[in-house]
Amino acid sequence: MKIIVGKGSCGIAAGAAEIYKLLEQGVQDTNLNYPVTVTGCIGMCYLEPIVDVVEDDGSKHTYVKVTPEAANEILKSIRGEENKAEQYAISGEDLEGLNEQCRIALKNCGIINPENIDEYIEKEGYIAAEKCIMELTPEQVIEEVKTSGIGGRGGAGFPTWFKWKAARDSKGDKKYVICNADEGDPGAFMDRAVIEGDPHALIEGMLIAAYAIGSDEGIVYVRAEYPLAIIRLEKAMEQARERGLLGKNLFGSDFCFDIRIKAGAGAFVCGEETALIASLEGERGMPRLKPPFPAQKGYWQKPSNINNVETYANIAWIIRNGGAAFSAMGTENSKGTKVFALTGKIAKGGLVEVPMGKTIRDVVFGVGGGIKDGKAFKAVQMGGPSGGCIPNELVDTMIDYRTLAATGAIMGSGGMVVMDETTCMVDMARFFLDFTCKESCGKCIHCRIGTRRMLEILERICDGNGREGDIELLSELSEQIKDGALCALGQTAPNPVLTTIRYFRNEYEDHIHRKKCTAHQCKPLLTYEIDAEKCTGCTLCSRKCPANAITGELKKSHKIDLEKCIKCGKCAEVCRFGAVVVD
Amino acid sequence: MECNCAKDREWKFTDPAIDITLMEPVLKKYEGTEGSLITILQKAQEFYGYLPMDLLAYIAHRIGVKPAKVLGVVTFYTQFRTKPVGKHLILLCQGTACHVNGSAYIEEALRDYLEVEEGEITPDGLFTYNNVACLGCCSLSPVMMIGDKTYGTLTKEKVVRILKEIKQEEEAR
Repeated sequence: MKIIVGKGSCGIAAGAAEIYKLLEQGVQDTNLNYPVTVTGCIGMCYLEPIVDVVEDDGSKHTYVKVTPEAANEILKSIRGEENKAEQYAISGEDLEGLNEQCRIALKNCGIINPENIDEYIEKEGYIAAEKCIMELTPEQVIEEVKTSGIGGRGGAGFPTWFKWKAARDSKGDKKYVICNADEGDPGAFMDRAVIEGDPHALIEGMLIAAYAIGSDEGIVYVRAEYPLAIIRLEKAMEQARERGLLGKNLFGSDFCFDIRIKAGAGAFVCGEETALIASLEGERGMPRLKPPFPAQKGYWQKPSNINNVETYANIAWIIRNGGAAFSAMGTENSKGTKVFALTGKIAKGGLVEVPMGKTIRDVVFGVGGGIKDGKAFKAVQMGGPSGGCIPNELVDTMIDYRTLAATGAIMGSGGMVVMDETTCMVDMARFFLDFTCKESCGKCIHCRIGTRRMLEILERICDGNGREGDIELLSELSEQIKDGALCALGQTAPNPVLTTIRYFRNEYEDHIHRKKCTAHQCKPLLTYEIDAEKCTGCTLCSRKCPANAITGELKKSHKIDLEKCIKCGKCAEVCRFGAVVVD
Repeated sequence: MECNCAKDREWKFTDPAIDITLMEPVLKKYEGTEGSLITILQKAQEFYGYLPMDLLAYIAHRIGVKPAKVLGVVTFYTQFRTKPVGKHLILLCQGTACHVNGSAYIEEALRDYLEVEEGEITPDGLFTYNNVACLGCCSLSPVMMIGDKTYGTLTKEKVVRILKEIKQEEEAR
């Protein structure tokens, strides 16, 4: 028997470290020599902490939302004592949600121990790398990747084989394979999950890419905000070196390759490849014009191939199963599967991997279980600050690079933030512009000043000072920034504004003309009043009001002085009778 | 023409807590390795908690680049700070998922309890809070990180409880 605790960053945040200690101690105390091990994130973040008990015959019991009390019950069941562990067992419905998915990049996440290379090798690990180096020519490897049709999973979907071939064809005594793990998109965490849960999949993918383009050195650029990912990747690299899977003369051939980690220092623009290279060279991470592309002149002016974590994590599978098996999944122009980080107002948030061609409805209402707290679905935001909001009417849109782009959003790295009726779309646009404005590197005027002007307009709309013509002005500025900005950060920055204007123009108009925020998010636009029929005169609100704006006698209905009211919302928060009406 | 002003300068640091000998092995290790400025700065911040101006000038002098370049890199990346922070640095996530799930209210609770603005140190020297873009724990939003520990599904009350606990632990020491 074996006990496995899910210890990804999210699991740990939910208390998995404590559960791990309890179980380890409990097993030791009773002299049971069952190993207690760890695994990465299985993607069902809403059920963390998760504990698996695997019997010798391979059958598995999964326990979810494990509290210290639950851990005790699990220990009792392991010892064969009477117990209540069953009440913590995973429900059939949740299990189905997992089985509905199709896992390639996340194949081993939440299954194997990421800190033990043997468990990866048992799952056909490094077979693909060996096959490439021993049996295939670099051209054949690139051909197989071409057959698979895989596109860059960082967001743009650019054909991976094309990048590899360009880097292979570039002349140079030294070439680099770089992994972009600077997952800066707020609302996306699949790269973190892959590195934390299955670091060898990344290493093997990079190894194959290195063989294909003829490189002997790899660099992984990881966000400094992901300390656990860095630790696990370092450990994995160390173990791979011990096994001769990284280093000199791999598999007895004359092919040599090793990887090092470079921790990023926090700049969203470093997700752009030329900015990433500048940052690797120790400079400010500012993008430059392309061409020359990194495949021609990259890191230290040498040919460099840059792919995203998820892209590399698919490569070994493609080599093992053949490119055709990969391209059999998906749509005409989007092959394979895609990982999404499902968050926001969703019932079952977490990581899901589905074949391309599924609809947004399948993901949000199928795997994701619909909206939290029975509220109404309003929109889903895809592609982070570079993407857009897809409204309820378009929920049957197919997940495919082209159809998503047609809505004004983008596939992006896979963040899917679900919004309900209480989310204000103007406020969301303001939120994203605030982000891009702060993250603009300042090199080109369109991005540096254009996003600032757009933010100012959005701020005044949210503050109730919106003017006639602001919507048109925003649209005009958006088009100019899209045309004039130097890099993708600037070119896509207006997308959140354009899509919200396109689908939620009425909300903008409510803010500007009626000075109302129907989602009740923009505080300056709210009014608070007391419903005289519901008010019992308990005086609680008037005692809590920081502005002394509420008057009234005990046991008689109270009144808010709108002149004095600072709209802090304290009265509505404390009222036990729902008597404070917010409009 | 080469700048000589730093050549024979005797290096003294305004902050007496800065023990420059800690940096020596790092500077030696990366001597002559191009492109290691960010790594050196990360190490320095790990040692001293922040990067004061005179330290930046010293690093520039040692690796042979202009102080302006070092400052340019420091101010570009959000990880680097030129002012000291409290003993416990609170990183409040302001990612999309956290925003949608009410991180603004969490910031309000932090500000009310700590009685400082973002980036400032509380009078007892214990806390500083900073807003950050995304901590990548979106499914547990709203989220904050204190030291290495991540706290999820926050509410105003939970934030106050967590901070009180840390304060009590510190007082017990």
